[in-house]
Amino acid sequence: MNMEDKTRELLEVLEKNSRTDIKDLAVMLDENEADIAAQMTQLEKDKVIFGYHTMINWDKVMVDRVTALIEVRVTPQRGDGFDNIAQRIYQFDEVSAVYLMSGAFDLTVIVEGRTMKEVALFVAQRLAPIDQVLSTSTHFVLKRYKDHGVVLEEDEKDERMLVSP
Amino acid sequence: MRNFLNRKVCEMPPSGIRRFFNLASEMQDVLSLGVGEPDFMTPWPVREQAIYTLQKGQTVYTANAGLLALRRELSAYLADKYQLEYDPQKQIVITVGGSEAIDLALRAMVEPGDEVLLPEPSFVSYKPCAEMAGARVVTVPLHEEHKFRLRADDLRKAITDRTKILVFPFPGNPTGSTMHKEDMEEICRLVIEKDLFVISDEIYAELTYDGRHDSIAAMPGMKERTLVINGFSKTFSMTGWRLGYAAGPADLIAQMTKIHQFAIMCAPTTSQYAAIEALRSCDRYVDEMREEYARRRRYVVTRLWEIGLPCSDPQGAFYVFPSIKSTGMRSEEFCQKLLTEQKVAVVPGDAFGASGEGFVRISYAYSLARLQEALNRIEIFVKEHGREST
Ligand SMILES: Cc1ncc(COP(=O)(O)O)c(C=O)c1O
Repeated sequence: MNMEDKTRELLEVLEKNSRTDIKDLAVMLDENEADIAAQMTQLEKDKVIFGYHTMINWDKVMVDRVTALIEVRVTPQRGDGFDNIAQRIYQFDEVSAVYLMSGAFDLTVIVEGRTMKEVALFVAQRLAPIDQVLSTSTHFVLKRYKDHGVVLEEDEKDERMLVSP
Repeated sequence: MRNFLNRKVCEMPPSGIRRFFNLASEMQDVLSLGVGEPDFMTPWPVREQAIYTLQKGQTVYTANAGLLALRRELSAYLADKYQLEYDPQKQIVITVGGSEAIDLALRAMVEPGDEVLLPEPSFVSYKPCAEMAGARVVTVPLHEEHKFRLRADDLRKAITDRTKILVFPFPGNPTGSTMHKEDMEEICRLVIEKDLFVISDEIYAELTYDGRHDSIAAMPGMKERTLVINGFSKTFSMTGWRLGYAAGPADLIAQMTKIHQFAIMCAPTTSQYAAIEALRSCDRYVDEMREEYARRRRYVVTRLWEIGLPCSDPQGAFYVFPSIKSTGMRSEEFCQKLLTEQKVAVVPGDAFGASGEGFVRISYAYSLARLQEALNRIEIFVKEHGREST
């Protein structure tokens, strides 16, 4: 296995579970702990790894939390295209993700808030009035079935017999 | 009333695994490392294809040898993966799991009194199937110090004038051992010299780590004297679909197909359609599973050495076969005590033949979290019993 493959594999394992012990990572990837630690530090420095998040099902703890996906059409600016307007949008704390899209609209903006009203007001008062924003279309998430590759309601029951040949 | 039961069948000992299974299933909350099947689910495109063909009503018998479209796909697959060329019309038969293929092959070849060479420890079906077919089974022990690889010296010692067939099970269950080209050269020379036929069970071929699987059928002069058995159970996580196949010389495949025709008719139709999809589009899933198994394997092997249960580094399948001799216990005793004291189920090595005594089979077809917990308990168990004997 070459170096690039090893790095890819390290990243894939971390992507699934960033809390995997360094000692276990070293064993599983057949490297030594110091190398793994150094590699991770470098990947963090290079912003290849740009954060460690925890996936939380907020619905289960009765904390009010709504997510909306907003399709935004904008006028790109001479010189820097969409970057400047994207920045003006992603600076808001309410915005958790911004993607430049191909197709019928330009930016996907994911906004989180405590209530639908709060999010709707954010769109009306903060997002829509920005000069280059031509239109917005807000879609609220009603139910999360699968997020970050994980099925939320899945029952992890092992159907296999206890012992088999 | 007379005794209507067949004596040979009655005398056949039940699988050692079965006995242990009964014991384990009587207990609550057992943490098992005892299975011989993947923990991954069948890739969704495969399940989806099966649903689609069911909706379309493709639920009738297929040709006895299996859907030609599937055999064609397999022919291309075997050529691509193992450089093996088989005519989909005459040299491939689709079976109910690799299990049926093993049975068919032995029934199609064995005459009463023929000797079948069986490397041990190995999968539990070969011996009873060979004996049911009328063979005398001669075991060839595999040794830990040779990483459980078959050695020409040991094979030579077991060959007599009556020897007809060599069962060649690599990558192996329960040892995880593999045979590469250089390991097989001498074996092949011997097989050709003694005019033997090889039944090569390659069901774990795609679960080979640190290198690719070499098929013995692809060795010079071997194709005409080798039957390759493989299946979908392990490669594509499709154990319950019951689908396997055999590829080999046309005359043998014809006779096997005849028995299959009368005993089974054809392999399950839905599974056959699903299998076409597996071969066409699921390489990516197989690659991911292989990488995941490889990581777990390194974890389990490292932990076992730390715990004081040495094991040779298995290069294939999803089993580790550590020696438990340092505990002073026999395999059966070790497994029973581990089960009752720590509620961890592993399989006694002697379930796979007498030469498996002194070992246990640990499967790593489990999540890392499960493996960690089970190995922690095994560690406690070994520590406690280590103290007893000193
Ligand atoms: C070595 C070996 N061969 C064959 C089989 C049979 O598999 P299947 O009948 O599901 O194809 C198994 C299953 O455990 C096995 O371990």
